[in-house]
Amino acid sequence: MRSRLAILVLLGLALAAPLVIYPVFLAKVLCFALFACAFNLLLGFAGLLSFGHAVFLGTGGYITGWLMINSGLTPEIAIIAGTVAGGLLGAVFGKLAVKREGIYFAMVTLALAQLVFFLYLQAPFTGGEDGLQGVPRGKAFGLIDLADNQTMYYFVLAIFLAGFWLIHRTVHSPFGQIMKAIRENESRATSLGYDVNQYKWIAFIISAALSALAGSTKTLVFELASLTDVHWHMSGEVILMTLVGGVGTIIGPLVGAGVVVSMQNYLSGGELGNYLHIIMGAVFVVCVLSFRSGIVGQFNKFRRNNF
Amino acid sequence: MQLQKKVLSNLITGIVVATITSTAAAATDGKIKIGVLADMGGTYADLCGPGCVIATRMAIEDFGGKALGKDIELVSADSQLKPDIASSVARKWVENEDVDVIGGLVSSAVTGAVTQVTNNSKNITLITGSASNAFTTSACSPYIAHWTYNVVALANGTVKQMVNEGKNKWFFITADYAFGHALEGVSMKVIEANGGETVGTVRAPLGTTDFSSYVLQAQASGANVVALANAGNDTVNALNAAAEFGLTDYMDIAGLLVFTPNAQAMDPDTAQGMRLTTGFYWDMDDQTRAWSKRFEALHGAIPSMAHAGAYSATMHYLKAVDAVGTDDSDAVMKQMKLTKPDDFFARNATLRADGRMEHDMLLVEIKKAADRKNKNDIYNIVEVIPGNKAYNPMLPSCAF
Repeated sequence: MRSRLAILVLLGLALAAPLVIYPVFLAKVLCFALFACAFNLLLGFAGLLSFGHAVFLGTGGYITGWLMINSGLTPEIAIIAGTVAGGLLGAVFGKLAVKREGIYFAMVTLALAQLVFFLYLQAPFTGGEDGLQGVPRGKAFGLIDLADNQTMYYFVLAIFLAGFWLIHRTVHSPFGQIMKAIRENESRATSLGYDVNQYKWIAFIISAALSALAGSTKTLVFELASLTDVHWHMSGEVILMTLVGGVGTIIGPLVGAGVVVSMQNYLSGGELGNYLHIIMGAVFVVCVLSFRSGIVGQFNKFRRNNF
Repeated sequence: MQLQKKVLSNLITGIVVATITSTAAAATDGKIKIGVLADMGGTYADLCGPGCVIATRMAIEDFGGKALGKDIELVSADSQLKPDIASSVARKWVENEDVDVIGGLVSSAVTGAVTQVTNNSKNITLITGSASNAFTTSACSPYIAHWTYNVVALANGTVKQMVNEGKNKWFFITADYAFGHALEGVSMKVIEANGGETVGTVRAPLGTTDFSSYVLQAQASGANVVALANAGNDTVNALNAAAEFGLTDYMDIAGLLVFTPNAQAMDPDTAQGMRLTTGFYWDMDDQTRAWSKRFEALHGAIPSMAHAGAYSATMHYLKAVDAVGTDDSDAVMKQMKLTKPDDFFARNATLRADGRMEHDMLLVEIKKAADRKNKNDIYNIVEVIPGNKAYNPMLPSCAF
């Protein structure tokens, strides 16, 4: 009951937030939160560290952006197309990557992601360095005009909640239990008769598709898809978000994304703008050294010990 | 508990209805806020980075610091030369922080992304660092004023002159984004129209440090001119690579876009005699020298054309605001186009209906080391190109 109430309060806050805070900023936080949650599904629950997740974010963004510019599709169809494209790419990359473990898994994903990065850099449909500019937001379901920032925010919130719910369901399903079993002891999972690689592969596809969903949505919010979203920096940033928030917790990535995006937002405009990367690096080091379970992980521990 | 839930859900519904029905505040608030978005630490930082902020501040101070009876506010941010970052900063500025006008703007990819935002929000952009001619042609808008220079002026200055001198086989090393593509395209047309030919092109990513593979392709191409359709440190690096491979001994290198800080960074022995087109040279006459001395005292280096352009554009904007007595973009832009910009930078100038600021351009030549009196003495002015000869003609569809 208490957690139900907490969820309702959070939801109320999310609905009221754009009255006080700039909606585009909030929408950005939600997009990255979804991205981080999708990444966390893989790292936190299946124990797989992908170092090329930006490629799914970017692919979703490019596909959605291109469709919005060049076809008369409504935004939700374009977003679904972007998500499916990310999922398909994830199916191919996942199939190759799950054959290896640990550092080799990370390296395979990084290598494949870099391959696609250079493809996008040169391919004419992405606009190269310029990116896809002037992506129209369009009308959701042909009815709701997304040009208004607040409307856009609620649209993003709906997508985020859907994605978040899906992750929650996945984690708490029998499938999620097996993922955790694989994370804890892969050999034992194999000996129990589970086809470990198959499970990893499916987890990879879900994570890739949800990352693409985040990228597609982000493109609509900013009316722009660019190389930044495909660059390996972005793959690093999502790891930072997940770690700061708390790996393996459901709302950790959400908190982490909020913290990282807010930092970028407030530091980039001010005097400290030039030191942004140094500060982010310092945060990362402090986080890894002193509270490895992240903000939410630490909070949960504190609550367990004291209440 | 049941009751509590009901109260909450009612509350939520109420909030949603309230938010959806509320409307955004109007943009004209009678206070002038200028945002300078430039490259604070990247490849183009010397052309239009902190210097563009300084030049804009000088204009505000020279104007008296106040407009419409209130203090003029200046904010700045680093675009990092990334379209997505620039776009989100611009969006935040105009939608959430009441910025009236955005200036600086170096790199055409960044400017393209920013103008998408400002055109929609009806905020004026004063483009002072970017080169693409798209902003007054294919992507023109009533809210754009393109100052300083563009790719057409560069091609009509440098390229035409060289083709007419008999340099007829060209090879391009091009920056791989909007600006490089535009400059390459426009230059090729000029080459063709004057009887030359392009024997090859190669595209290098922005911020390339090792140009040797591109230079080798140029060497093998059989061209007699290698055109550098890039800018900033890219130009300097490409020229150095060309010199290392001995290209400069038997081919001409044409730097299509060279700013003063880059010309200073080039080795005089390899760069001497190179001709280039610029919108401004600090040592042209007493007026330019007087302003440049003040700028140098603040910035520590002589101004590039983008710096001088940032001052000139800001001043012209502020004068227009003062004349019409409002910060409404349509009224201010109308006034800006009615009056002719006239200062140390803008000579024989006019702001055309399409937003192109047409002014005298300079064809200059890089001096030999022996002829230089000091480190800032880098150009000989060869020719003054009148604005109407330098710039592209106005498109009827862009005559706002």
